[in-house]
Amino acid sequence: MTMDTDQDTAVIGANDDDHGEYHPDTAFQPRANKIGLWLFIFSECFLFAAFLSARYFTTGTEIPEEVNQGLALLLTVVLLVSSISAYLAETSIRYNHRRNFKIFTIATIVFGLIFLVGVVIELSAATLHYPPGTPYGTSYFMLIGLHGFHVLTGVIGLTIVLFLGNKGHYGASDYWPVEGVVKYWHFVDLAWVVIYPTLYLF
Amino acid sequence: MKYVARGAVLAFFGYVIGIWLTVAIRGGSPTDEVAVVFGFILALLGWLGGIGGFEAFGRQWIGKTPVVSTSPGWRRYFEFSIDHKVIGVQYGVTLISVFLIGGLGAMLLRIELASVGQGILDLDDFNKVLSMHGILMVAVAVAGILGAFGNYIIPIQIGAADMAFPRLNALAYWLIPPVAVALLGAPFLGAFNAGWTAYAPLSVTNDSGQILFNLAIITFGLSSILGGINVIVTVITMRAPGMTWGRLPIFTWAGFSASLLSFCVTQFFAGALVLVTMDRVAGTSFFSPDVGRGLLYEHIFWFYSHPAVYIMVLPGFGVILELVPTFARKPLFAYKAAVVSLLSIVGLSVVVWAHHMFTSGMADFLHGPFMILTEAISIPTGIIFLAMIGTLWQGRLWFRTPLILAFGWLFNFLIGGITGIFLADVATDIHLHDTYYVVAHFHYTIVGGSIFALLAAVFYWFPKITGRMYNERLGKTFAIWVTVAFNFTFIPLFWVGINGMNRRVGDYPEAFEGPNRFASISALILGASFLLFIGNLVYSAVRGPKAGPNPWNSRTIEWHVSSPPPQHNFTSQPRVVGHPYDYGVEGSLHVVFDGNGNGSGHSESEGDSA
Repeated sequence: MTMDTDQDTAVIGANDDDHGEYHPDTAFQPRANKIGLWLFIFSECFLFAAFLSARYFTTGTEIPEEVNQGLALLLTVVLLVSSISAYLAETSIRYNHRRNFKIFTIATIVFGLIFLVGVVIELSAATLHYPPGTPYGTSYFMLIGLHGFHVLTGVIGLTIVLFLGNKGHYGASDYWPVEGVVKYWHFVDLAWVVIYPTLYLF
Repeated sequence: MKYVARGAVLAFFGYVIGIWLTVAIRGGSPTDEVAVVFGFILALLGWLGGIGGFEAFGRQWIGKTPVVSTSPGWRRYFEFSIDHKVIGVQYGVTLISVFLIGGLGAMLLRIELASVGQGILDLDDFNKVLSMHGILMVAVAVAGILGAFGNYIIPIQIGAADMAFPRLNALAYWLIPPVAVALLGAPFLGAFNAGWTAYAPLSVTNDSGQILFNLAIITFGLSSILGGINVIVTVITMRAPGMTWGRLPIFTWAGFSASLLSFCVTQFFAGALVLVTMDRVAGTSFFSPDVGRGLLYEHIFWFYSHPAVYIMVLPGFGVILELVPTFARKPLFAYKAAVVSLLSIVGLSVVVWAHHMFTSGMADFLHGPFMILTEAISIPTGIIFLAMIGTLWQGRLWFRTPLILAFGWLFNFLIGGITGIFLADVATDIHLHDTYYVVAHFHYTIVGGSIFALLAAVFYWFPKITGRMYNERLGKTFAIWVTVAFNFTFIPLFWVGINGMNRRVGDYPEAFEGPNRFASISALILGASFLLFIGNLVYSAVRGPKAGPNPWNSRTIEWHVSSPPPQHNFTSQPRVVGHPYDYGVEGSLHVVFDGNGNGSGHSESEGDSA
């Protein structure tokens, strides 16, 4: 990562001065990326912990009758399956199977979108039975909203790597962005595995 | 400046579009809080994109190569520069400006409190100024040392060319100006009067300025988390060859520890404020007495805000332990014990939060454990003191401004620590809760522990950052002035607090007028000392004599490169061969440089000037 002071801007990653000067070692970057992502995910866990503890602190495990258990179970299955397809997408790009990578990434995005549509259906039903002002509704809207936002950012991330993968980026030795987005996607699923029983089962 | 202008224009349009869309879709007035929330989010995105975020991140997402600013000279400070030294200076200048604004707030408060009855501020305005003073100063204490010196010094101290994620570092800094703008702009929406703690349910029902407070602090939290992750990854992955964990300079250890805390717990303040925001704009009721519970806010809030005081003071410990060996010309006493103490403070600080709630109606059985755990923190803190005093003991003390401020730190933080025991103790806390005793204790720990260390750090690293020496006579005058005036201001407040004067009220019984007037006059003298501070630094940065690479004859790596350091910090690879603080140990060496770049490091056999 070197740059030229004469210009207004520098291209990151380009090696534009070759005057035999000292070049800082950049071999740390893959390891740094991995640790950074894990720290970010760890830090996200605390955010979810804060909101989950708010749910238990205010209303305990109370769940109203009108909750749509069938739809919730269906969405859980969809999200868990999407984790598998995301994993397959990562594995495909690692072995440079570009067609499989495309298929599995698109599948993951579609699962994510199905989940989001389901969430919208649920929320619109929820406003009738347990609006945000009720004890259950308060935590319900907060947790679903928070998790929905994470699913949305995950879908956006997957769309970006799909787009760049289509343009020929990434390969067997250079797939960190795919790996990063997929790990994030697994985390979003894992968060749902905790939120789902909190809101529907206990 | 063109990037700042572009960011400001995009932020303005973002704000207008956000408000316009909200009003168009759901109706209502443009000053509705929902509209302000969407306006703020789009304004923030517009600002970050305009300042250079689009070039640095967005271009990558559409398959182009990202670019960042590398303008030379002063322009780089107003652009999306990824150089950690530029970012450190940006943090430093921004936060010292915020510190001065917050200080003006304190002056207003003390003028109001100089006499019984209402003078320049009515009771509500008093609370608004108080809240503003509180949150600005807390922000400075959280990000001051870590943002400015953590960014500037840590990578050089460990022999790295930059932080692990330089673009993220720039992003974390450029999130700060919108925070300042939102906080200082809150008075246009009626300001916020719920204190820096923003306790619900008051923060759910007060004026709309509170919504800007919430959004600003959520943004600030994001910046803290990103900054924390960056420091941790940098220290783990980018240490120079030979820089083992046992040779890590103590300031780096302290910054690492504070970062561990800030990336784990900052979500809780941000999360609590998200819940408050939802209660205000989305109709949820986490904190309404009939559906939710007000105590929830205090639990979530203090789960961040008690560790936050350690985010403020741990880097302070690091600064003090870093500079004391240099000015005592002795090895750092009990280095390993000090490191263990820093880490055990990190662990203990997340299990003590409920000592803020002994009078809040929390379950009784929680009182005992939280009292014991809180008091247990005095053990590692005591070891930090021991390390400092053990280093000073029989040293050849070299009385320069940083060391005088370190002595001020020792005195103040000792008082802060000892008075804290009475607040950790349930029986005495029930009497002292919410009195000026708490105010005095808090200022002794945070000003004493964090701001004094920040000031010491400014003087210690000023020659490294600017390449010029400050005026020593003015520096010493300032150091003594600020220490004395600070003590005169806050000692009387312990007395009025023990006798029952309530905090956060703009008036008090006549019996307290004498000590309050004394504190107010001292506070104005304290405030005036900062004119000397700023004058000295600004003049010296431009006209001061050249400092040379190592004016303190110090051993850590940052003193073995030029002042200011070259781009990428090193002209040849540094290699660490010994402990950083072996002052006076014959033949010991901390760092050598490969090739003929900077020559060899400073060796103790070359003799040192004391």
